[in-house]
Amino acid sequence: MENEQVQPVEHLYEARKSIFPRSVKGRFRDLKWGILALAYGVYFLLPWLRWERDTGRDQAVLFDLVGRKFYLFDLTVYPQDIFWLAGFLMLAAYLLFFVTGIAGRVFCGYFCFQTLWTDVFVLVERLVQGERPARIRLSKQKWNAEKILKISTTHLLWLLFSFITGLSFVLYWGNAPELFGDFFSLQAPFAAYATALFLTATTYVMAGHAREQVCTYMCPYSRFQSAMFDSDSLIVSYDAKRGEGDKGRARAGRNLKTREVRAEAGVGDCIDCGYCVQVCPTGIDIRNGLQIQCISCALCIDACDTIMDSLEWPRGLVAYTSERQVSEGKRARLLRPKVLGYFAVLMIIVTALVWSVSHQQKFDMTISQVRQPLFVTLSDGRIQNSYEIKMNNKTGANLMLAFSLDGLPGAELDMGKFQAIILAPEQRLRLTARVRSHPDLLGEGSHSFVFRATPFKRDDLQEFMQNAVFTTP
Amino acid sequence: MSDNNTQQQGKAVQTTGHAWDGDLQEFNNPLPRWWIWTFYATIIFSLGYWIIYPTWPYANTFTKGVGNTITFQNSAGEEVTTHWNTRSLLIEDMQTGEEALKQKAYLEKVNAASYEEILSDPDMMAFANSMAKVVFADNCAACHGPGGDLPEQAFGLYPNVADDAWLWGGTTTEIEQTITHGRNGFMPAFGKSLNDEKLEQLANYVLGLSGHSVETDKAAAGQKIFQGQEGGCYYCHGTDGTGLKSQGAANLTDAVWTVANVPGAVKEEGKVAAVKSVIKNGITRQMPQWKSRLGVEQIKLLTLYVHELGGGE
Repeated sequence: MENEQVQPVEHLYEARKSIFPRSVKGRFRDLKWGILALAYGVYFLLPWLRWERDTGRDQAVLFDLVGRKFYLFDLTVYPQDIFWLAGFLMLAAYLLFFVTGIAGRVFCGYFCFQTLWTDVFVLVERLVQGERPARIRLSKQKWNAEKILKISTTHLLWLLFSFITGLSFVLYWGNAPELFGDFFSLQAPFAAYATALFLTATTYVMAGHAREQVCTYMCPYSRFQSAMFDSDSLIVSYDAKRGEGDKGRARAGRNLKTREVRAEAGVGDCIDCGYCVQVCPTGIDIRNGLQIQCISCALCIDACDTIMDSLEWPRGLVAYTSERQVSEGKRARLLRPKVLGYFAVLMIIVTALVWSVSHQQKFDMTISQVRQPLFVTLSDGRIQNSYEIKMNNKTGANLMLAFSLDGLPGAELDMGKFQAIILAPEQRLRLTARVRSHPDLLGEGSHSFVFRATPFKRDDLQEFMQNAVFTTP
Repeated sequence: MSDNNTQQQGKAVQTTGHAWDGDLQEFNNPLPRWWIWTFYATIIFSLGYWIIYPTWPYANTFTKGVGNTITFQNSAGEEVTTHWNTRSLLIEDMQTGEEALKQKAYLEKVNAASYEEILSDPDMMAFANSMAKVVFADNCAACHGPGGDLPEQAFGLYPNVADDAWLWGGTTTEIEQTITHGRNGFMPAFGKSLNDEKLEQLANYVLGLSGHSVETDKAAAGQKIFQGQEGGCYYCHGTDGTGLKSQGAANLTDAVWTVANVPGAVKEEGKVAAVKSVIKNGITRQMPQWKSRLGVEQIKLLTLYVHELGGGE
């Protein structure tokens, strides 16, 4: 038993080991650039997209906190629709479970904004400071004019890009062109500046400095996604059998140039060039097996494929595979109970959400009886009950309504001067209604009746009916 | 595995240096540097916080915070500047906060409008209702009940303001007058001037006015007392018994009883007795004036609210 004591080092913390990812070209890199372009196109341009609405709010996607309405193209989301958020979050969660079950951490590698923004920040770093060796040299170099110029340019560009990111986020919460102008003429609300500043700071810190530490230390998904893996999930993996052979990997030295020679010598196909390690944004060596840091970005596949292509050896030394394929040589099963279960739940949520959104009520009316007092006797011997009516015009146009009662003998409806009213688009209103009837016509107890709101000249709307109760002594 | 527990990916791992039971060791895994920095940042933050906000108690007082004051107007209208505290922050927010200013602007709009205009505008009416509800609960509900109606046990102590019987008138002008200046409701006690028989006759007549079945002989005698000089009831209640609003006299011909608990009486005798008791003992009710306690706007909102409760006139 070896028990080598290591002398305690006088450090309370471990410094991050800087990672200088080398650039790589390949099909996964192209795919990732494509996704990035699409995601950025949506994120940065969406606030500027105009959309015609009767209510005059002409921004396609607008989160109007003051007006308590979210506009998403032709859909207007009201506070009452908040349960859609729950549905949407469930949808997102199960989609993540489903995709992770099948394809592993594909979200992390391709879609996560941490990955996207880090990609761009590394690109900026590369354009300013040069490729990996140049960056390593620069970081070790003593501070001189060149280093100061290059480092400060990088950070300035990072900050600028962070600011554009933060500002774009803010533009979703107000009328973009107007808010943009206000922002730079110092007339925007305090919250706009605070949010933009906060997001500038977090983007700069997370994508510029923290990078893979976010995935490794902070992000909960990386931890619980491992619980959703099984031996059939897609992972990025090194084919150790092929790469190591019997005697391990070896550099393509003078005597080990072709596969045949290497096979005879017992060494594998891995020429230990280290390209897969250099391109890794989280700084791991994929040849050591599946690791928590691996975000499945597949850049090491591109790297290895490039090398294999140049040697004219078959690709796939580092490839997407599954544990089952690696250990048993069988193809991963796609239709597994877990995946099917996730899919079923996903479909239920999607169906429920689509149904709910497409059946959104165009007009809300709730009627609650005033409970204190439940009833009063009037001078002519009739009984009066009071009701509070809350309504909300969700249609994009004026809505004229007339109120009436149904099913209560001898009833009179008194709404002051509001027996017929006009609701402006998106107007919410609360009215008091008094209903009177004679107890002799009704008898004792509670009597159900229907409160009717009849829209005028609106073929698109039906009559609104709401049940209510009238109480007599 | 246990053979190389101080090996991780081929590198030696730092331990605390002690070994128990020969081979049991404790790793000394260093914290990540960003974590340490975050920790230091919170310490620096707290130093700033100590300086700017009230923090440390000493002697009988505490550090007040530097350069961090709140200015607001106290109830006397004077400007007060204090050290930062959440109570003053609330007062300041209620005076100059964004929502407070919006409310103030709307209040001014309602204040400038006539009753007729407000009653025809659903938005202003909704505003008046929700704001006055609080004023009513704070000031009026103690006597009139939270919904303007008293429970049965308290029948007749104070007028019901949720029905349509208005002793002093139910137009907005009259309700405003009532709230602003208060009312003295008075009916003299007839216990001394009228004997029991006459009280009985009078009660029968009064009950008959609102359609109750009564003994016709007694009622006829009662009519003479009511309409004649002996009782003089018509001075205030009118010859037809509908009551003069200027006197706050009740309408005796309708179904609403404001003081005599006729609805609560089971038999005819009970109803007669309830009316008799009121005539015998009289009524002294007082509503205080509210002009010294409530602002003009508040009275206006209250007027609309009370008007709306019963339907108004």
